[in-house]
Amino acid sequence: MIEILSASALATVQDLGRTGALRWGVGTSGAMDALALASGNLLLGNEEGAAAIEVPVFPFQIRFNEDCAFAVTGADCATRLDDKPLLPWWTHEARAGQVLHLGLPQQGRWRACRAYVCLAGGVNVPAVLGSRSTQLRGAFGGHEGRALRQGDRLHAAAPGRGRDAVGFGLVPPAVALPLQVDGVPAMRVLPAAEYRLFTDASREVFWTEEWKITAQSDRYGYRLAGTPLQATAAIEMRSHGIVPGVIQVPSGGHPIVQMRDAQPSGGYPKIGTVIEADLWRLGQAPIGSRVRFIETTWDEAVAALDETRRWLDEARRLVDLQRS
Amino acid sequence: MNPETPSISVLGTSALLFEAPGGTELLAQQRIWALAKAVGDWPEVREAVPGMNNLMLSLARAPRHLGDLESRLREAWNDVEALALKGRLIELPVVYGGAGGPHMADVVAHTGLTVDEIVERHSSPLYPVYALGSHPGYCYLGGMDPRIATPRRKVPVLSIPGGAVSIGGAQTGVSASDGPSGWNTIGSTTMRFFDPRQDPPALLQPGDTIRFRVERVIR
Repeated sequence: MIEILSASALATVQDLGRTGALRWGVGTSGAMDALALASGNLLLGNEEGAAAIEVPVFPFQIRFNEDCAFAVTGADCATRLDDKPLLPWWTHEARAGQVLHLGLPQQGRWRACRAYVCLAGGVNVPAVLGSRSTQLRGAFGGHEGRALRQGDRLHAAAPGRGRDAVGFGLVPPAVALPLQVDGVPAMRVLPAAEYRLFTDASREVFWTEEWKITAQSDRYGYRLAGTPLQATAAIEMRSHGIVPGVIQVPSGGHPIVQMRDAQPSGGYPKIGTVIEADLWRLGQAPIGSRVRFIETTWDEAVAALDETRRWLDEARRLVDLQRS
Repeated sequence: MNPETPSISVLGTSALLFEAPGGTELLAQQRIWALAKAVGDWPEVREAVPGMNNLMLSLARAPRHLGDLESRLREAWNDVEALALKGRLIELPVVYGGAGGPHMADVVAHTGLTVDEIVERHSSPLYPVYALGSHPGYCYLGGMDPRIATPRRKVPVLSIPGGAVSIGGAQTGVSASDGPSGWNTIGSTTMRFFDPRQDPPALLQPGDTIRFRVERVIR
């Protein structure tokens, strides 16, 4: 069992998301950086989609009330176990009573804003509609359907497992699979249905300018600041299904990228969609930072998914060598 | 967009969006329900999700060749006939205007109608549930009087309360829980629309019908 010591809000229990409940209006939720969550689970010998704690606000502290193997992935947060500094993206063992401290995300080899605290066996909360992810809007899933609070207690599903198989790690995908344009983190985007209805100038701006992630950005969506995008005519659309990554442009011209807690339907014109393989990159882009968009094709987007899968398979192979 | 033929577009590699030609009358929506039923168990489809005269296919895996899936989708559309779902009639008491309807003035300004005329036009029809979306338990309804249509807001509101009755473009609906919205809220109701412990978890589903009963009008 672990106990949340921090008063800071917004940490949530997430897995890879809730699929198959869209017909009831239930969005996917899930980790903003699915690759970090899957990697942390791989390191511990968990199912890739086991639940973990997503931490977006720092510092963050938990106390282990029993011996437990764990890994912290995502942002490099100058993590300590009691006073001992820990390597990021590495497996460790905590003894009962030890306190895990996550400090501020470091501006080192990779810049990220969310950390994942993964526990042996995964965080043991009940699956609701097929997932352990927190559905904040519907107030269900995760831990009591809400963000974690000071004093909350969570259980690792298999605390005793893998305690002798620690002391190895992975090179983070931000380092192994970098994607930048002119030194700025970039995401590939597939044009969407209304792309052609934006002016030539706005389409040019979309691909060539930097987009700032505003303070009004969270797990629901990222509101971007830049030159406003203009459509050639007012577009009033019928409501339709959308997915995380879809970039909607309300008539004010400021794009909103749908993120993991986004609603599963929308009606604003869509200029494009950040491809599934790059959504983790955006999920790790801090408020105030800038990103670029790269135009891509279906074939390239599918190849990018394959590349991510290969990276995870190779990570699993390396971890299995360590664990065997 | 060609108004005669369906349009198919991609939402990244996660989903396809099929948009049918024509209006949003019930008969058109019944054909969308039929298409959802016909394609929902295809191996590459995780879930077929009806919208307003459109259908999103959430993909279980991104196919290597998109063209083949698109062709089969078009063929399926040509083959299906309207599917009339028979559901329940649910009555919702609504307080129009006042604190629970903060954007009534915007609808008045846009339509040129009085508050009473808007309430009359909004509460007269029987609204068939076309689709669920937006948030858990939320229903998209057909049948709104086009004379009270009002564009979505330029900047979405960060939070409107559960039970908010609102208009977005030519559509109307009721929020099932607190959250952000780009629609114009004209009134409020109290009703529990979603319970994850129930099966199905949503109170309403496509084929059900809603009637808004005027409980009070705050002018």
